[in-house]
Amino acid sequence: MSRPQKQVHLAAHFPGVNNTTVWSDPAGGSHIEFSSFTHFAQTAERGKFDFLFLAEGLRLREQGGKIYDLDVVGRPDTFTVLAAIAAVTDHLGVTGTINSTFNEPYEVARQFASLDWLSNGRAAWNVVTSWDAFTGENFRRGGFLPQEQRYERAKTFLQTAIELWDSWKGDEIVADKETGQFLATPEAGSFTHKDAHFDIAGQFNVPRSPQGRPVIFQAGDSDEGRDFAAAEADAIFTGHAKFEDGQAFYADVKGRLAKFGRTPDQLLILPAATFVLGDTDAEAAEIAHEVRLQQVSPATAVAFLEQLWNTDLSGFDPDGPLPDFDPVVSDVGGLISKGRASVRQFAKDPIGLANQWREIAAAKQLSAREVVVEVTGRQSFVGSPDTIATAINRAVQEDASDGFILVPHITPGGLDRFVDTVVPLLQERGVYRTEYEGSTLRENLGLAPVASSQVLQTTA
Amino acid sequence: MSDTQNLIHLAVALDGAGWHPAAWREPDARPLDLFTPAYWVEQVQQAERGLIDFVTIEDSLRLQSDDPLEPDLRTDRVRGRLDATLIAARVAPVTRHIGLVPTAIVTHTEPFHLSKAIATIDYVSNGRAGIRVQLDARADTNRHFGRREIQPLRREDVANIHAPELQQRLRESFAEAEAYVEVLRRLWDSWEDDAEIRDVATGRFIDRDKLHYIDFESRWFSVKGPSITPRPPQGQPIVAALGHATVPYQLIARSTDVGFVTPHDTTQATAILAEIRAEQEAAGRANDTIHVFADLVVFLDATHEEAANRKQRLDAQAGGDSTSDALIFTGTPSGLADLLQEWHAAGLSGFRLRPGTVPHDLAQITDALVPELQRRGAFRTAYEATTLRGLLGLPRPANRYAAIVERVA
Repeated sequence: MSRPQKQVHLAAHFPGVNNTTVWSDPAGGSHIEFSSFTHFAQTAERGKFDFLFLAEGLRLREQGGKIYDLDVVGRPDTFTVLAAIAAVTDHLGVTGTINSTFNEPYEVARQFASLDWLSNGRAAWNVVTSWDAFTGENFRRGGFLPQEQRYERAKTFLQTAIELWDSWKGDEIVADKETGQFLATPEAGSFTHKDAHFDIAGQFNVPRSPQGRPVIFQAGDSDEGRDFAAAEADAIFTGHAKFEDGQAFYADVKGRLAKFGRTPDQLLILPAATFVLGDTDAEAAEIAHEVRLQQVSPATAVAFLEQLWNTDLSGFDPDGPLPDFDPVVSDVGGLISKGRASVRQFAKDPIGLANQWREIAAAKQLSAREVVVEVTGRQSFVGSPDTIATAINRAVQEDASDGFILVPHITPGGLDRFVDTVVPLLQERGVYRTEYEGSTLRENLGLAPVASSQVLQTTA
Repeated sequence: MSDTQNLIHLAVALDGAGWHPAAWREPDARPLDLFTPAYWVEQVQQAERGLIDFVTIEDSLRLQSDDPLEPDLRTDRVRGRLDATLIAARVAPVTRHIGLVPTAIVTHTEPFHLSKAIATIDYVSNGRAGIRVQLDARADTNRHFGRREIQPLRREDVANIHAPELQQRLRESFAEAEAYVEVLRRLWDSWEDDAEIRDVATGRFIDRDKLHYIDFESRWFSVKGPSITPRPPQGQPIVAALGHATVPYQLIARSTDVGFVTPHDTTQATAILAEIRAEQEAAGRANDTIHVFADLVVFLDATHEEAANRKQRLDAQAGGDSTSDALIFTGTPSGLADLLQEWHAAGLSGFRLRPGTVPHDLAQITDALVPELQRRGAFRTAYEATTLRGLLGLPRPANRYAAIVERVA
């Protein structure tokens, strides 16, 4: 066991539009004013984080046919806010979640290539698929894809984008004022791509960007999603922050790399993680419970019950017992909750899950709201700075992850204390940078540069 | 607001190394920096030092081409560009007053994406965003997307553009642009200004009765809404379009706040204005302010001779006289000021100046033309407003979906 210590990677997820984010806290600021993004990004950069991460949602969520109003609602456009963040930071990577369903490769490729130029090589793309006609109602493309075609389109979308980025090798612009030659070749950026999803040809119009292409993230957890990541991605954004889960996921995904001709150091595994800091572990545990109660207000508790029971529960008392009837079983299209990926987990076996909740309620003598507090969204790390630094380092050294994408529950100051107290402890232990190593995000992530001739590893 | 002084408005159109095809070969040009953020930041900051109302940033979903219909395969011109909307977003945090108006191609993009992108630039810039909408029905661009059946213009069509069937096709293309702008505007209004309530007692973050579905339907697209981004600081960011003929003038009159036009003399300027004003009235917008700006390509030097020689030298390098849809002005800042004042007196609100070369002609605009106009009392001496609407003398509009109109600019 004498391998060298791994270096911990840290990143920051801007607080999202879900109940993890405690907007009701007096310290909770704007989710849309740019000053919040500046504060958050500059704090992450002060903590020498690898990157800032933005999630995506292209339609406001609904429940029971009405816009869901209990969580933060409203967010900026991903590309433009990341380009602006690049103006107020120097080293921090800017990672955007952009779906492959309601966009076209030429446009997304030029937006990421432009973002990479405008950030001097700090762009990253979390490639996701959208799954519903509900979101499609906001787009020209309308409609949606059957589940089995989602990854196929995502894969071919990414391949097409990579062909577009690779259509410029990086030596085309000579700009010789004497001879008057700007381009080395009139064919710069030429491409042709034809498959079941895309039939396009022409010339890409953004010269090769500093990283060659953005760093590629993948976030899916299904078998297909894991294979997609093992074949194509530079990093995975996962939900497996718990130690044992993390080790199993890590071993599974890193084990898949070989069949795509890749090595374990070519894919970083970065779970999303929430945290609550206190001066002592006991204080942190107390604060964590308070935060959970803020995250699950009485109204939010009822909303969660409605998502699982899949029926209107207005007037239900969250401080009483769980509903005494069984959930209404429905396919995804008939769910009361729209635009929320998490309810698909509920929908798989709602009656079984309701019975689990009932067992927990009976065993621990819990009210409906207390059950929701218990079973949803527990914080990944709770403790003193030393406890959290130790837990993060253990997870990395024992291969439960390569680091974490931290999701604070307060906007925009939720990272401040972590950066001030946990980061120095990791640095003291020699497992975390004290200065950025490189100038691009790829370099800071420890990934090898992209060769301009690199051929995409395609799935067999 | 203060348009009573009737000052000239000035915009600067940024594109590559400048608008002359040989601009990148000038001794002071930096063609290898065209894709760096610093290059764009410096240009916009320079324009801001000149108290310019706004910059526009050109864009396209294809390589630049001198040929109006297909790739020109030239290697002696600047080719390649960055996404204009992202340039505007990158520049916004490091400027304070100047408006930012990128170009977007509406033919192949999603109005939902563009609406939130411009709203976001408006947040990042605290109210200085706009968008210039442009059509592109070229076959080569269409091949980059491969999704639409587009009947591209052929060479014989260009010569025959006034034929009824071609005019009909043009009207249909512009009708799509009009629908696109309508979606942008409805989405910007789809949140009322006070929709975010953070009511801890009831656990509600928003008052959802103040969010609105836009339910837009058309033959090209339908968009449900509401936007994912709250109403931007200006309420409605500025919408602009360039036009050279009746059909685009109708788009300007029906959908925009600022129209860019290309008269070559005062008589044409007067005629174009009359046409746009008539269309504006026909569209029921007689009481709205629509600014009409004339576009001019400018080569400016201390003497007319210097400017003419420079233009001649550039033309020789480019392999022939350069041409433009807009009038090319070659001369002194003072001579240009005379022309601007004459056209302004004819009813134009302002001018979008396309610097022949950068940095030279941009510096001539900010350091020579602007002081000359200020001496004549024809241009602002300090930024008088913090938003682009404010600089253009436009009030913050009421929300079309709000039950009660409570805001007065």
